[in-house]
Amino acid sequence: MLQNVANPEAFERLASKLRAPLALAATVAAAAGIYLALFASPADYQQGESVRIMYVHVPAAWMALLCYSAIAVFSALGFILKLPLADVAAKASAPPGAVFAALALVTGSLWGKPMWGTYWAWDARLTSMLILLFLYLGYIAVWETIEDKARAARLAAVVALVGAVNVPIVKFSVDWWSSLHQPASVIRAGGPSIHASMLAPLLVMAGAYLLAYLALLVAGMGNELLARRLHRLEGARRPVSRLLEAPETGAERTA
Amino acid sequence: MTKRQRRLAIVAVALGGAAAAAALALTALGDAVAYFYTPADLAALSSPPDRAIRLGGLVAEDSVRFDPDTEEVRFTIADEEAQTPVIYNGPLPDLFREGQGVIALGRLRDGTLEASEILAKHDETYMPREVAEALKKQGRWRDRGS
Repeated sequence: MLQNVANPEAFERLASKLRAPLALAATVAAAAGIYLALFASPADYQQGESVRIMYVHVPAAWMALLCYSAIAVFSALGFILKLPLADVAAKASAPPGAVFAALALVTGSLWGKPMWGTYWAWDARLTSMLILLFLYLGYIAVWETIEDKARAARLAAVVALVGAVNVPIVKFSVDWWSSLHQPASVIRAGGPSIHASMLAPLLVMAGAYLLAYLALLVAGMGNELLARRLHRLEGARRPVSRLLEAPETGAERTA
Repeated sequence: MTKRQRRLAIVAVALGGAAAAAALALTALGDAVAYFYTPADLAALSSPPDRAIRLGGLVAEDSVRFDPDTEEVRFTIADEEAQTPVIYNGPLPDLFREGQGVIALGRLRDGTLEASEILAKHDETYMPREVAEALKKQGRWRDRGS
């Protein structure tokens, strides 16, 4: 069964079918979410209109943690079970995750200036989130610098799994230490401390982000599989092309 | 042990090792990771720290005094157990008011924090203005100090 799910050819067929519907669903959900967040939701009793930044910021931060967790799980599967498709899924999760992390940092900073009075503070939440962005960049760099895909996958998996320690640190930093950043409002003991009229747009936006990730994941995996196939074909063709170019290169060498 | 089991063991050991290392490092860092002291933390210290510190807590009710001549603002930062007076001269964040959580950066002198920067701390409650007013009217407004 696992072999069937992890079969790259079967996945490519599935991916080509899922690509357009996922992209469409993500666009529709984002449009609905942005409308709700900007026009159909109330201003906050303390933050006023600045609360609308939260609808972009919070789902971005959630997704940055989710994408890194996905990379860790895919990496473990790829490493232990030797499933190339899992390695491809891990690799394709990194660029969206890095963008989500950067977006969370930038929007948080823009919110922080009017609310806290500063763009940045070295508290536990902000610092661990910045480390998460660096982990993403390091993970992407491993894939980009090592040419042999199997070796790159093994090393990237090690980076991903060691870095996964940071995920619970980001999540619980606001509970473990005193921080400038506020504690969780939605996933907390005692239920959400966010009014339903603000929770609804937030959840729609979170759905849009999730769909966007899935669309980018499927597209990124499809592209990577295509690139690998092309690489193999080029590798197979090379001896023939060398044979054809032989007289010319031979002449250069003697010259 | 098959190759697959061996790889599983490698992953488990690597994860466990990384988690243990992180736990040890964070425990060793301990309070250094904390962004601010509370008045109770300060009261528990045997001697006041001789460096710039951050003090976090609620601005005590009826404690804010503004001096128009010197443009200095004096108030008290309190938690459930203790309070520390603060003196400050500079711009205040929009959210600054009595009952609000704030973090003041400065040095302690004779038990008073001479602050050079005030940050407002936002709590995790989000609600529309009308709901906040309705709650206040019904007397169900949660005391922010609790």
